[in-house]
Amino acid sequence: MQYIPNILFIIALVAGIGYFTLNIRKVIRNIKLGQKVDASDHTSERWANVFRIALGQSKMTVRPISGFLHIIVYIGFIIINIEVLEIIIDGIFGTHRIFSSLGSFYGFLIGSFEILALLVLVSVIVFWIRRNIIKIRRFWKSEMKGWPKSDGNIILYFEMVLMILFLVMNATDVPFQEMNNGNVVSKYVASMFSGTPEGTLHIIERAAWWLHILGILAFLNYLYFSKHLHIMLAFPNVYFGKVVPKGKFKNLESVTNEVKMMMDPNIDPFAAPAEGATEAPSKFGASDVMDLSRIQLLNAYTCTECGRCTDECPANNTGKKLSPRKIMMDTRDRLEEVGKNIDKNGEFKDDGKQLLDDYITREELWACTTCNACVEACPVSIDPLSIIMEMRQYLVMEQSSAPAELNVAMTNIENNGAPWPYNQMDRLNWKDEK
Amino acid sequence: MSEQIKVPTMAEYAAQGKQPEVLFFVGCAGSFDDRAKKITKAFVKLLNKANIDFAVLGTEEGCNGDPAKRAGNEFLFQMQAMTNIEVLNGYGVKKIVTTCPHCFNTLKNEYPELGGNYEVMHHTQFLKSLLKEGRLKVEGGKFKGKKITFHDPCYLGRANNEYEAPRELLEKLEMELVEMKRNKKRGMCCGAGGAQMFKEPEAGDKDVNVLRTEQALETSSEIIATGCPFCMVMMTDGVKAKNAEDSVQVMDVAEMIASAEDL
Repeated sequence: MQYIPNILFIIALVAGIGYFTLNIRKVIRNIKLGQKVDASDHTSERWANVFRIALGQSKMTVRPISGFLHIIVYIGFIIINIEVLEIIIDGIFGTHRIFSSLGSFYGFLIGSFEILALLVLVSVIVFWIRRNIIKIRRFWKSEMKGWPKSDGNIILYFEMVLMILFLVMNATDVPFQEMNNGNVVSKYVASMFSGTPEGTLHIIERAAWWLHILGILAFLNYLYFSKHLHIMLAFPNVYFGKVVPKGKFKNLESVTNEVKMMMDPNIDPFAAPAEGATEAPSKFGASDVMDLSRIQLLNAYTCTECGRCTDECPANNTGKKLSPRKIMMDTRDRLEEVGKNIDKNGEFKDDGKQLLDDYITREELWACTTCNACVEACPVSIDPLSIIMEMRQYLVMEQSSAPAELNVAMTNIENNGAPWPYNQMDRLNWKDEK
Repeated sequence: MSEQIKVPTMAEYAAQGKQPEVLFFVGCAGSFDDRAKKITKAFVKLLNKANIDFAVLGTEEGCNGDPAKRAGNEFLFQMQAMTNIEVLNGYGVKKIVTTCPHCFNTLKNEYPELGGNYEVMHHTQFLKSLLKEGRLKVEGGKFKGKKITFHDPCYLGRANNEYEAPRELLEKLEMELVEMKRNKKRGMCCGAGGAQMFKEPEAGDKDVNVLRTEQALETSSEIIATGCPFCMVMMTDGVKAKNAEDSVQVMDVAEMIASAEDL
């Protein structure tokens, strides 16, 4: 009988980690629905980005207030998780504060955790106020209605509750308080419980301990269903982020081959393709998530909907429908839909839907000025612009459905070598004009 | 008074069996847009003054393909690119300067994979190097002490991380540079990029160029400087839309230097 708590703990731990692993494998499977992409270049620069942008949070601090608060929560999250190690060992073996034999070093550790827990609690409350009381514009854009809005708040509630449970757990731990080693914050919380019988304190302590670890496991499993996956995916995502100048857009290789053929006078345009010749790609550009690259799909899972991109977007700033954040949210929503389709049918069965039109409208795509403000703003190196570009390529090269004025400009380029209807032979006339 | 500008072509150079130091890629706007032609001429005057051995492609030049590519027409882009590359490589061009950040970006970043490898400079970078080498001298002249703000072209700034060259030139003019709230990395687009120049904007509550112009007017500068013929059009229209053309001028950095020198 005495081993029941240990057994229950192990069951909870295995179930919690197991279900999470199952879902993460789904994320990986879904990302692999995208096109393969070679990212073996610029290795040292990629690692430098991981250290600077992901670990070092360098882009978060562009906005100093949210950046500062985020760094507290980020450091708190990483450091306080050391405590989880002790909780797991205690839980499995039925020990109590197994590391307390470390003496003053233990006090130092727990003291740091407690201070961080308090700071995290305060930061998260400020985050909540910014979202719900101050109503910062980017949290109230049209794409932030319904689930995305609740999601943002649920995460904050989770963090508040976990931090409070941690402090209460320490405060009601009578031997720990008597040891008076590292209880820098919890001793003040403990004074709120003065006069409470020791038996009751013990029950509160056990309850807080259990709720804390179960809460952590629940939060871990919540990640998959929320925008909060960035706490893990931000690191690989930054690694795979763009490492060439932002102005350098990808040249489509399939097009290069065709254009080279067109321009080569030695090629017989009527020749039948050689036996075993690689087929022309079935599609130019992207109309659905499977046409996008794996990095773009990873981008979609990494997005935490902070809206810094949308806040800098000139189209969005002037009331157009385009929101780079929505591009990423739509991509993930469609990818999840495709994933569920596969779960159900074993393989993807055409559902008559696609990313284009059913999620992202043409009006959004054509409003982009390709200015790269969204790419620059993203704290975790997401590139919404590349998705917009590939969908435009689909619209123009597969559907010939560019806006009429653009067709005029493109015809001009084709015929006169300039987007305006001027003769190429007049290109140097400016020299003699007064 | 008729001003003499010397604009040799690559064909003329090749006929004499010579190679210029640098090719000036004028671009479509620089060749055909009335306002942008003034930038082209101002830059040529500076090149002439500094005795730079340069040439243009003239009628052999074609659109670099940027608007086609950004509109999604990769075919047309690559056709343009390869046609230009064939001409440029035929003349053995090594170094190119452009007055348009879009030409600059495409030639510099997107041509190499298609076989066009050149050292490409934006005209503000080129002018900066001339100053550094002492081949061109700039003094404040009539702009000295005037308040100015600089609008970063996206394809020079964010796209290629060049924020300092134009600012260093303005510094040489001894002007008081007042930055807009959104500048450099966080500078806001004028609204022309991504082929928007050639189409009507989508429905919204304001035009991008008007919003950007409002931000520039907030600095209460006398001059809005830029380094892109498309930003020039957008900001000039924005100033007109705000009825501010009597108090504010929009100028390219090259024009300001040329006009400070009374060229």
